[in-house]
Amino acid sequence: MRYLPLTPNDRSEMLATIGADTVDDLFRDVPDGVLNAEISGLPAHASEMAVERHMKKLAAKNLSAADAPFFLGAGAYRHHVPASVDHLIQRGEFLTAYTPYQPEIAQGTLQVLFEFQTQVARLFGTDIANASMYDGSTACWEAIAMAARITRRDGVVIGPIHPHYLSTAKTMAKFTKDEIRELSPALIADAGDDAMIDMIDDKTSCVVVQYPDILGRIPDLAKIADAAHDKGALLVAVVTEPVALGLLESPGSLGADIVVGEGQSLGVGLNFGGPYLGLFGAREKYARQMPGRLCGETVDADGKRGFVLTLSTREQHIRREKATSNICTNSGLCALAFSIHMTLLGGEGLDKLSRINHARAVKAAGKLAAIDGVELVNEGGFFNEFTLRLVGHDAREVALRMAKRGILSGVALSRLYPDSLDLSEGLVVCVTETCSDEDVDALVAALAEELA
Amino acid sequence: MNAPNKSGWKPEMGEAGSGPVAKTASGDAGLALEEALIFELGGTGKCGVDFDEEPGDVSPALAKFARKAPVDLPALTEPEAVRHYTRLSRQNYAIDLGPFPLGSCTMKHNPRLNEAMARLPGFADIHPLQPMDTVQGAYEVIEQLADWLCKLTGMEAVAMSPKAGAHGELCGILAIRAALEARGDAREVILVPESAHGTNPATAAFAGYRVENIPATKDGRVDLQALKDRLGPDVAGVMITNPNTCGLFERDMKAISDAVHAAGGLVYCDGANFNAIVGKVRPGDLGVDAMHINLHKTFSTPHGGGGPGSGPVVLSELLAPFAPIPFVRRDEKGRLRMVEERGAKDHLPQTFGRMTAFHGQMGMFTRALTYMLSHGVDGLRQVAEDAVLNANYVLRSLEGDLDAPFGDAGPCMHEALFSDENLPDGFSTLDIAKGLIDEGFHPMTVYFPLVVHGAMLVEPTETESKAGLDRFIASMKSLTARAKAEDESLKSAPHYAPRRRLDETRAARKPVLTYKGEGVPPGTPSLSEIGGS
Ligand SMILES: Cc1ncc(COP(=O)(O)O)c(C=O)c1O
Repeated sequence: MRYLPLTPNDRSEMLATIGADTVDDLFRDVPDGVLNAEISGLPAHASEMAVERHMKKLAAKNLSAADAPFFLGAGAYRHHVPASVDHLIQRGEFLTAYTPYQPEIAQGTLQVLFEFQTQVARLFGTDIANASMYDGSTACWEAIAMAARITRRDGVVIGPIHPHYLSTAKTMAKFTKDEIRELSPALIADAGDDAMIDMIDDKTSCVVVQYPDILGRIPDLAKIADAAHDKGALLVAVVTEPVALGLLESPGSLGADIVVGEGQSLGVGLNFGGPYLGLFGAREKYARQMPGRLCGETVDADGKRGFVLTLSTREQHIRREKATSNICTNSGLCALAFSIHMTLLGGEGLDKLSRINHARAVKAAGKLAAIDGVELVNEGGFFNEFTLRLVGHDAREVALRMAKRGILSGVALSRLYPDSLDLSEGLVVCVTETCSDEDVDALVAALAEELA
Repeated sequence: MNAPNKSGWKPEMGEAGSGPVAKTASGDAGLALEEALIFELGGTGKCGVDFDEEPGDVSPALAKFARKAPVDLPALTEPEAVRHYTRLSRQNYAIDLGPFPLGSCTMKHNPRLNEAMARLPGFADIHPLQPMDTVQGAYEVIEQLADWLCKLTGMEAVAMSPKAGAHGELCGILAIRAALEARGDAREVILVPESAHGTNPATAAFAGYRVENIPATKDGRVDLQALKDRLGPDVAGVMITNPNTCGLFERDMKAISDAVHAAGGLVYCDGANFNAIVGKVRPGDLGVDAMHINLHKTFSTPHGGGGPGSGPVVLSELLAPFAPIPFVRRDEKGRLRMVEERGAKDHLPQTFGRMTAFHGQMGMFTRALTYMLSHGVDGLRQVAEDAVLNANYVLRSLEGDLDAPFGDAGPCMHEALFSDENLPDGFSTLDIAKGLIDEGFHPMTVYFPLVVHGAMLVEPTETESKAGLDRFIASMKSLTARAKAEDESLKSAPHYAPRRRLDETRAARKPVLTYKGEGVPPGTPSLSEIGGS
C-alpha cells in the first residue's frame, strides 16, 4: 500500500519490542464480537490510476462553470484566481502544517495570518479581524452570539440576508435565547432600511444587514447604524461578496460594529460550496468577545519580531464551557489563498477589479432589462449582482430550461425561498470579470427566446 | 559561478579562520531567510494582476455608496509575491518535512492524488446552487462518501454538512436535543469526561446545556459506576471520546451506552480518534447515537495550517430523523436531489434545521473519497493497525525514560501518553517539546489531556516508517537524558528554529492584531533589525 511505510518485517520486529504476538493483542480492550466485525459492501484498495478513473468519471457528470456562460452568485462568486495562488497554497509547508501551536516553527503560517487579519480589517473598515471562521454563514451566527454577549440582550433584527445565513441563525436561535425578527425581501427597489429601523427596540441586541443584500440592493448602513446605536444595539454587517468593497464604502467606516463575510470570492474558488472562508472583523474594544483564533505580534527571546496565537483565554481549549465559541479548526488554507490573491491585487487592483465587475454587470443588466417581460428590480443601484423579475414565470423553471441550453443563468429565488410565491419570479444574476461579452449576449438571446 | 579554479580546491579556502562569525548585513543567514511583512514590502503603483479592460465608472445610482479612495492595501507583483510566500513557507514545519506527532490531531501524510482530484474542474469549478441536473456527479461523490462513512461506522445515516469536528459536535448535540424535545423531555445536563477535548464542553454549553464532569478511573477511562450514579432524568446525554484522549479504548463503551439509554439519555461519541479503529471497530456496535468524523484527521485531508476541515456526523436510527438539512437523496427516477428548505417537509419533517450555507466541505469530500478508494476497506484496516502499532512501539520504547501513567494498564491505541513525573524539578514538558524542535521534529501535543500532569501525547500515525520512529525515539531519549542531567540549555530551547521562545504574555497584554506601522520604503533594513536585535 503506497501510503503505508511499515514492511511485514518492521511489523514483526515492532511487535517483538512491544511484547505482543499479534497486532490484535493491541486491540484487546475491544470487546469480542465487536473487533474485526465484517464490513461488507466496500471495495478493496486500488491503484492511483484506477482511483483517478473513478473520480474523473464523476467529475465529468458535472457541468463546470468554465464550460457554460455562467451567471450564478447568491453567496458564492466566480472570479479569476491567479495561477500563483494555487501553486503557493500547495507548498507542503503551508498545506501540511497544523494550527500554529508551536510558534517557533510556524512563523510562516502566523505571519500570513497577521497579514490576513490586517487585510480583512482594512477591507472591512474594522479595527481588528480574526484568523477566519468556517464560512460566511457560520461567521454570521457567531456575530449574533457575540452581540448578545456584549449587549446582554436577546432581540435580533435580521434584514434581507442570504436565506441560508438566516436559516443557520434560526437553527442556533432555537437553542439560545435569541429572538429573531426578520424582514423578508420583496421584489422592489427599496432595500428596506426604514422597515429594519422600525423593528429596532430596547431589547435589540443587533441588527444584521447584508451589504449588498440578497437581491443585490445596497442598504444605507450609516442610517441603520445610527438608529441601532440610538437604541443601544449593534450593527452587524454581512458581506457575501468582498470584491464589492473595492468599490463600496467599508461597513466599518459606515458604523458597523461587527463585520462578517464570506471570503470565497478571492483566492478560494467555487468548490461547490466549500471549503469557504468566514471573515470576521470588529471594533478593537470587543477583542475579548471575538470567536476564533487571533494572531498577534510579539518578540522572541532575542528580541526579534514574531507572531503567536493570542488571547486564547477566550477559546475552547482554555475556557471549555465558558469559551466564546466552540470553533477549533477554521479555514486557514483558504485564508492564505485569500491573502495571496489580495496581495497580488493590492488596493488599486481591487479597485480596478471591482469597477470592471460593476461596469460589466451594469451593461448586462441594461441588455437583460430590455427583454420583453423582464424587469430590473435594483433601480437603486447594485454592484455586480442584480435581480430580474421574469414577469409571469417561475424563475426556477426558466433557469432549468436555460441550463438545458447550456447556460447557467442565475439563482432562482424560489430555490432559496421555496415558500414565498411573491419571489418566485425573481432571478438573481451575477456578472463578474469572468463573464465575456459573448456570454452575456448568449444569456440575453436565450432568455428572450425562453420568455417569448 | 561557484566552480573551483583551475588549481583546484584549497583547504584554507573556508576551513581556516576562527573567532565569532560576523552578523550578516542582510539579516539573513544562508538559507535561513527572514521576511518582512507585505505592508513593508509592497506598495502602490504596482499590481500582480493584469486586466484586459479599463475599469469603468461607477453608475450614478451607486455613486453615493462609492468609496473615496481605494482600500489601503499594498500590492506585490507575481515574482515578489511568489518569493514572499515561498520564503515564509520555509519558516514552517510540516508533515512533508518530518514526523508531526501531535496527539489527537492525526497528522498523517496527505496524498497528492487527493489534491489533484479535488481540483478537477468538474468538482472545483461548480456552483452550489447550479440546477441539480448539472451536478449529478457532485451529489454522487457525497452519496458515495456517505455510504463509506455509514458502513465503516455501522450507523444508519450521516449528516454531511458540518464544517469541522467542533461543528459536527454541535450537529450531534443539536440532533440529540431535537430528539429529546420531540419526546417532550429536553433535559439540562450533558456529562463530559475531564479528559475531553475543549470543544466538547464548549459545544454542549453553546447548545444550552449545563456541563458536568465525569470522573476517570485510575486506568484512564470513564468511571462507569460514577457515571451510573450521576445519570437521571436531568441528563440529556454524554459526550465520550473513543478511543479517548489518553489514547485508550473505552472498554465499557457498550455498558456506558446501555446505562445512558436506560436513563433516557443519548450518547454522543467524539470520533476525532477514529483513525485508531477504522475498519476494525464500528462505533454503531457500541450503542453510539451520534459521532463526528474529522475527515481532516482519519481521512487524510490536509490541515492547511489550521483548516479547513470537515466533520460529517453519523447518526443512529433514532437520531436520523432529526438530521440537519441539506442532504442528498435519490428520487423515484434514480436522480440525485439535494433536499434543502424545499423538500424538507416531505423528506425530513423533523430536521433541526440548517447549520451552514450550501452543503458542506465538497473539496474535502472529494479528497476523502479519493483516499478511501485508494486504501479500500482492507487498507483502512491496515491503517488502524499500523497507527496502533506505531504508537505502542513509541510507548514501550520510551516508558523507561518517561513516566507513562497508563502504561501498565495495557496497550494504548493510536497515541502514547506520558507525563512530566520523571522530569527533574525545574524541567518541564515544555522544555522537552521545545527541545524536540531543535532535534528537527514537531513536538507532540502538550498539556492535554488535562487529567495528566504535564501531559505529552504522541500520535505518530501509520504513515511514519520504523526508521523515522527510531530517530524520534532516540531524540526523545536524548532530551530526557539531558533534562535528567539538568542541562540548562534545554530550558532556552529552541536554539535552531527561525525564532526562539516567543513572549506570549506580551502578545496578550497589549494585543497587536493588525499592522499599524507606516509602510516602510523598499530597501529597508532587515526584519531582524526592525525586530530590535
Ligand atoms: C478529541 C477532539 N475532539 C474534537 C476536536 C475538534 O475538531 P475540529 O478541530 O475539527 O473542530 C479535536 C481536534 O482538534 C479533537 O482532537
